[in-house]
Amino acid sequence: MQWLNVILQGVLIGGLYAMFATGLSLIFGVMRLVNIAHGDLIVLAAYISLIATQAFGMDPLTSLLLVVPVMALIGYALQRGLLNYTLGEDLLPPLLVTFGLSIIIQNGLLELFTADSRKLQAGAIEIQTFQLAQDLWIGALPLIQFVVAVAVIAGLQLLFYRTALGRALRATSDDQAVAQLTGLDTRHIFALAMALSLAVIAIAGVFLAVRANFDPAIGPARLIFAFEAVIIGGLGSMWGTLAGGIILGVSQAIGAQIDPGWQLLAGHIVFLAILAVRPQGLFPKVSG
Amino acid sequence: MPDGPLLKITAVDAFYGDFQALFGVSLSVGTGQVAAVIGANGAGKSTLLKCIAGLMHPSRGEILFENAATTNTPAFEALKRGIALVPEGRRLFPSLTVEENLLIGGQSRRPGPWTLARVYELFPILAERRNLPAPALSGGQQQMAAIGRALMSNPRLLLCDEISLGLAPIVVRDIYARLPQITAEGLSLVIVEQDIVQALRAASHVYCLQEGRVALQGAARDLSREKISAAYFGV
Repeated sequence: MQWLNVILQGVLIGGLYAMFATGLSLIFGVMRLVNIAHGDLIVLAAYISLIATQAFGMDPLTSLLLVVPVMALIGYALQRGLLNYTLGEDLLPPLLVTFGLSIIIQNGLLELFTADSRKLQAGAIEIQTFQLAQDLWIGALPLIQFVVAVAVIAGLQLLFYRTALGRALRATSDDQAVAQLTGLDTRHIFALAMALSLAVIAIAGVFLAVRANFDPAIGPARLIFAFEAVIIGGLGSMWGTLAGGIILGVSQAIGAQIDPGWQLLAGHIVFLAILAVRPQGLFPKVSG
Repeated sequence: MPDGPLLKITAVDAFYGDFQALFGVSLSVGTGQVAAVIGANGAGKSTLLKCIAGLMHPSRGEILFENAATTNTPAFEALKRGIALVPEGRRLFPSLTVEENLLIGGQSRRPGPWTLARVYELFPILAERRNLPAPALSGGQQQMAAIGRALMSNPRLLLCDEISLGLAPIVVRDIYARLPQITAEGLSLVIVEQDIVQALRAASHVYCLQEGRVALQGAARDLSREKISAAYFGV
């Protein structure tokens, strides 16, 4: 029962990792941009939520109504004003620019909020639990977090395969030049993709900040988790990314159960093992 | 549009980096006209179409469409103004279905006669295969889908780059046989072809490019084979 509990908690945290990862893989899929600042943008969302809760007395989950549109706007502006100019045949310029952005965000947050650890207080919901069986408990917050993650991924899947915007995103991902020939302004499409990515990040950042302490320096580790979940799941598959996040979460939970010092190590080892055995990931998108 | 041709290109130069691909090319296409641009590989035919469609911008010269300059208009704007290009090699979106490819073309929402239903009427085979991924089509069907995708934007000027490339002659004849149905709506056409016979049959006016320059031009019926091969090969 103890192990079942460990696995269950791992699955639930996997939903959070999957949310980190979908934003990253969406951007790479649509415009071949590897966003090194991804983790720091997650932390930025957490701080925006912190401001909202402190200034307006909002509940962290309610603050999503503010944080999600603000992050989406930041994403649109960032893409139109900066990242679009770095895109081209060469993958290196966007990599370097987002690396620089990562440093700027970290130091900006450090300057504004100091290095103190913070946490968002969600109140009573944080300690609410349901008993599933004898000795098997599930927390309300991790459950909500997981359900939201599944809903976000299902929503993105619908958006990609059932709407005109999704069609435009997939077409741009296939062939940028021809996308322009069919009337798509790719600069605008890229900016919408970044807005979408940061909207997902906003949700992930708020849940992260309710779950655990955060400070300006934790972004890069979240980026690594996102990368690992994407690679485990297979690039370009959203449900695969969810599976990747869950595998990572369960590995970490099992590692931590064996020895608290092994939590991160276990995740990295499973990631490396899957990379070695199946470099294309578990559920790669079938390319046309 | 009382005066002037639909498309008027004057003394256009175009470069790829330091390499000059077009030298003072001039060309004009009237409403409802079909013009063919022929020439050997590397003569600058595709470059010319890219300049008209806004994928490339000429460094000198002027492109007028409906009497307004489109010289530096980006491709997505050019499409909204009524210039559509069927690119060389068809280049359908591989992760989209046939119907989604057509719908992408219609996303500009220009009003006009072309709808999904009309495209399916023109190419019935596409209706049958509407839900297949684009790469599942044969080469000829892909070419039909690429033409359909361009038509969905209801262009006033359709640019076709090497429709016949890599297709069986019977398929090429089949596609060319439907061009009159397309131009019947008053749409103008510029076709780039290596298949000279096909080009001369379809077009009223022919431009022959040689190493980036117009080597010969005239009404299709006035040009003799000898003149064309002289201009084509530069002998």
